[in-house]
Amino acid sequence: MSEDGILHGTFFMNGDVACAEGAISAGCRFFAGYPITPATEVAERMSERLPHVGGVYIQMEDEIASMNAVLGASWAGVKAMTATSGPGFSLMMENLGLGVILETPCVLVNIQRAGPSTGLPTLPAQGDMMQARWGSHGSYEIIALVPSSPQEIFDLIIEAFNLSERYRVPVLVMSDEAVGHMSEKVVIPEISPENLMSRRRPDVPPEEYLPYKADGDLVPPMAIAGEGYRFHVTGLTHDEKGYPVMTAEAQDKLVRRLVDKIKLNRNDIIKCEESDVEDAEIIVCAYGITSRIARLAVQQARNEGIRAGLLRLITVWPFAEERVKELAKQVKAFIVPEINYGQIVLEVERCAAGKASTVLVPHMGGSVHTPHTILNAIKESLQ
Amino acid sequence: MGIREIRIAGFGGQGVVLSGQIVGQAASIHDKGFATLTQSYGPEARGGSCTSEVVISDEPIGYPYVQNPNVLIILSQEAYTKYVNDLPSDTLVIIDPNLVKPDPSQNPAPLAIPATHMARELGRVVVANIIMLGYLAAVSDILSPKALKKSVLTSVPKGTEEFNAKAFELGYNYGLEHGKKSKSKADG
Repeated sequence: MSEDGILHGTFFMNGDVACAEGAISAGCRFFAGYPITPATEVAERMSERLPHVGGVYIQMEDEIASMNAVLGASWAGVKAMTATSGPGFSLMMENLGLGVILETPCVLVNIQRAGPSTGLPTLPAQGDMMQARWGSHGSYEIIALVPSSPQEIFDLIIEAFNLSERYRVPVLVMSDEAVGHMSEKVVIPEISPENLMSRRRPDVPPEEYLPYKADGDLVPPMAIAGEGYRFHVTGLTHDEKGYPVMTAEAQDKLVRRLVDKIKLNRNDIIKCEESDVEDAEIIVCAYGITSRIARLAVQQARNEGIRAGLLRLITVWPFAEERVKELAKQVKAFIVPEINYGQIVLEVERCAAGKASTVLVPHMGGSVHTPHTILNAIKESLQ
Repeated sequence: MGIREIRIAGFGGQGVVLSGQIVGQAASIHDKGFATLTQSYGPEARGGSCTSEVVISDEPIGYPYVQNPNVLIILSQEAYTKYVNDLPSDTLVIIDPNLVKPDPSQNPAPLAIPATHMARELGRVVVANIIMLGYLAAVSDILSPKALKKSVLTSVPKGTEEFNAKAFELGYNYGLEHGKKSKSKADG
C-alpha cells in the first residue's frame, strides 16, 4: 500500500473486494449502502478502506436512502458509489431515475443473484439485465458494463467512474454472484491522474452559469455545491436554469438531450471483445460469467471443425447494435446463453432482424451453464 | 499440466476457505499459473458446512467450478458422505482420521493425517489447516511446495509466520514419511 492509502500490486482477491479497490483507485471517496448477499463484501471492504483514504462510508437504513445519499455526495463534488443485489436494486430504481434527470455522476454495482424477489441469495444469475435498462420510469438512456472476472471488475469500475463523470449519468456495473465471490489474481496498477476523468466544471463566472445548459456534446458542466455557483435540483422536468417547467416543449428538450448524450456518443462508450469471428458462421454472444464458459464452448466447437466465434459484450447498455447488425449479414445464427429466461437475446434478435437466426440458451439461475450446453446449442443451430 | 482441481470440504472455522485462498494464491502469484477459487457455505459463521474449490491451470480459466477433483481434502464426516462417491479413481483423497471415518470398502483407501491432533500438540489448533497444506505439498504435485509455503507465510497474521512455518514443515515431513507410503500401499 502506498502512502496515500491506495493499494498497488498483485493480489489474489474476490470480485467484490476487487470492486471496492477499483472504486478507491478510481477516486471514489463516498459509499452509502445497505448490506445484501452477495454484494456485502463490497460494502465491508469499502467500510474498512474509505477511512484510510479520507473518504466516507455510511450504512444507510435501506437501499432507497443509499441511492439518494450517493446522489447527494456526488453533488457535493465527491465520486460516489453504492453496491447491491436484486432486491436492493429494485429499491434503488426510483432514485436511479432521479440520478438520470439530475445528470448525476455515480456508480451503482449490482452483484446479481437469482430472483424474482428474494430468490437465491447466495447463487448467481443474470436476471436484472433488462431492469438495468428499463428499471426506472420514463424515457432515458443508461450505461451498463458487465465484468467477467475479478480483474475485470477492477478495470470496469474505473471505466464506470470515467464514463459517469464524462457523460454525467449513473453507470451500472452488472456483475453476478459467481464473479463477485470468485477469487483470482488481480493486478492493481498505479493509475495516473490523466486516466481518471472528472466532470467538467463551469468555466463562466457564477452569474452567467446555467446548470443545465449543454454545449455541443450535450453534457452540461457541473458546479459543486458551496463553490459559489447557484444551482437548483429537481426531479421535475426543468429548463436550463434547473427550475421546473411543466410543458411538452421543456420535456422534449430535456428528455431528447438526456437520451441523445448517450446515444450519439455510443461509439465512444460501447466496448466488445471478439474472438474467432472473421470466418464464423455461428457466433455466441455472451457477457459476464457466461462469456467465460461460452469461450470454452467456442474453442471446443473449433476443435470439432465448426466455424464458431465469440462476441463478448463488455458494455451491455447501450447495446452494440451496429456490430450485431453487421455480423448478422455474415452468420447463420447467434447463440445467446444467459442466466435468465431470455433478456439480451431480445436485443440480439432485434438487431439480427431476420438475417440470422437467434437461439437462446437459457438458465434459470443458481449455477452457471456448462460448456457442453452451449456447444450443443451451437451444433443444433447448424442442423 | 492442464487443469488441476482441488476441493477442500469441512465445516466453518476449520480454515477451509483460507486454505483455498492460500492454494489459489500459491498457484497464480507464487507459481506462474492461473487459479480460480470459489466457495460455498451455510448461513452460520462457524460449524456449518463449508467448501472451497480451486481450479488451477496454465491458461486463463473459463469454467470456475471443480468438476473432477484431482485432490479432495475432507475434514468432516458430512463432507465425506457428500463428496466421496462417484470420484474419478485417480482422485487423491486426504482425510483427518480423527474427524472422518472412511468407508472401509473405499478403494484406494484415503490418505490420512491427524492434522487437528497435531496442531493441538503443537500448541494451537487453528494451524491444523496449515499442517494439512504442508502435507498436501508433500503428497501431491499439484503445486510446488515452495510456492505453497510462501503463500502460507504471506497469508497468515503478522507475527505468526514462524509458528505457521513450523506447522507447514510438520505436515510436509509427515507427508514425506507417511503420505507416500500409504499412497503406495493403496496402489499396491
